[in-house]
Amino acid sequence: MSIDKKTVKDVAHLARIELQANELEKLSRQLQDILGFIDQLSTLDIEQVKPASHILPINNVLREDKPHVCLTPDKALENAPSKNGNFFSVPKIIE
Amino acid sequence: MEVNQLTAHELLDKLKNKQVVFKDIMEALYVRIQAVEPKVKAYARFKSENKLSLNPQTNGLLGGLPITIKDNICTEGLNTECCSKILGNFRPPYDATVINKLKTAGSSIFPLKANMDEFAFGSSTENSYFGSTHNPWNLECVPGGSSGGSAAAVASDEAIWALGSDTGGSIRQPASFCGVVGLKPTYGRVSRFGLIAFASSLDQIGPITKDVEDAAILTRIISGYDPNDSTSVNQDVPDYTNNLGKDIKGLKIGIPKEYFIDGMDVEVKRVIEEAINKLESLGVISSKVTLPHTQYAVPVYYIIATAEASSNLARFDGVQYGYRAKSDNLIEMYKKTRAEGFGEEAKRRIILGTFVLSHGYYDAYYLRALKVRTLIKNDFDTVFKDFDCMVTPTSPTPAFKIGERAADPLKMYLSDIYTISVNLAGIPAISIPCGFTKKGLPVGLQIMAKPFNEEMLFRLAYAFEQNTQWHKIKPRL
Repeated sequence: MSIDKKTVKDVAHLARIELQANELEKLSRQLQDILGFIDQLSTLDIEQVKPASHILPINNVLREDKPHVCLTPDKALENAPSKNGNFFSVPKIIE
Repeated sequence: MEVNQLTAHELLDKLKNKQVVFKDIMEALYVRIQAVEPKVKAYARFKSENKLSLNPQTNGLLGGLPITIKDNICTEGLNTECCSKILGNFRPPYDATVINKLKTAGSSIFPLKANMDEFAFGSSTENSYFGSTHNPWNLECVPGGSSGGSAAAVASDEAIWALGSDTGGSIRQPASFCGVVGLKPTYGRVSRFGLIAFASSLDQIGPITKDVEDAAILTRIISGYDPNDSTSVNQDVPDYTNNLGKDIKGLKIGIPKEYFIDGMDVEVKRVIEEAINKLESLGVISSKVTLPHTQYAVPVYYIIATAEASSNLARFDGVQYGYRAKSDNLIEMYKKTRAEGFGEEAKRRIILGTFVLSHGYYDAYYLRALKVRTLIKNDFDTVFKDFDCMVTPTSPTPAFKIGERAADPLKMYLSDIYTISVNLAGIPAISIPCGFTKKGLPVGLQIMAKPFNEEMLFRLAYAFEQNTQWHKIKPRL
């Protein structure tokens, strides 16, 4: 399978990363190489194999639904690049 | 010998007998750091003019003994930036579970954090926003990565011991390149709470130390169940020092033939063969075994690890912490923040990971990789039915030159060919010093064991170490 510049551009948009023209060029070439290398997996017969979504036999870890100590708003907002009262502040979303 | 050159267990004895006090250790470390840090650059954000201060945590067993922490493990109030611009000036509002455990045990968290590849993406520490760390054995070489700062700090006696994290070899490979001991514990052994996630199904925190006994002590302190990490396992933590010194006669050691292939450095091959001979002279019984899906480990890893990374790194969007680019439009703000905040390798991995998870490619890449991961794990289960351990090189080459592989990501990815399978299978593995190349670069021996059998690793590693002198040789800086 191959990856072209348009696909890389679309995927970069999905990943919310702006790419410069030279970055797009270089990245497309490198991803093409990496995917070429990865393609050796397609030679394996894996029809009957179960996917290892988790390596340990742990399922559905639940905790009791009880209140517990968490960060105060002040602490949670300490690192915010921009805040307004007890909220994170971002550029306007709705026009 | 200077105080900073001692191991943690030697210092603990001296602290107990009042032969040294906390202040002596810190002063010795500072003197050493001022002298060699400009050459080694093991620490992120180090400025020689800044006087470091530290309030000793002298309660508890460790008597305030300082420990160096990788820059991706959260330390309350102390910068934790994953060596990335996007986490610029991030001061975590809480401690990672391992940090809590260390403080409870009486350890002081060293005020400088160890350098690393940005977000642990790399095998050379060249991808740090703060620049490369240099290998203490040869300053023109990389220290390995991604925990290259932790390994170089321990090797150059700028640290007593350290914590790193290992997703595909990021503790063991730099330990091997720097001639120190590094352990990746079993997946689920150590809580990941407060470790800034790279690939959640592979990441583990582990020790980087000057000898095996220190690794055993530190592993016991940081291990154990944590309700804050739903993948940590509720299983007793043994005193790993109990098994040190136990006889290794009759232990069955597998040597996977797929790990001794063309492309492996001839000197590494020689050193590893000598190490295996040494183990045999100590009474282990070794035979060739096969891990037939070894060649697929690197491609599987670069699908699973990047897929998980692309999802984990979605949180760095300029809203809650770190760097934010200026823009009046929200989507633009995200895109510019991430474009300006992430380095080249981080962008490459996020985009690759997003691609393998995206509609139309998911089955062909991600699902397929998960299935091959099962085959890789089955390979290990099969061998471990009949063997106590497996022994391999940690890396196919000794430390390479800075810049040598930076332009070719695929070549860099192949540096981890011997370490990646261990993370995919979830098993524990240790790298210990086992010799040098003719040019004086260290070579590491990797030992792998069954899940939750770290005791076996320490037992075998300790027996080898105590019958050799490799761990006592120090770099000349």
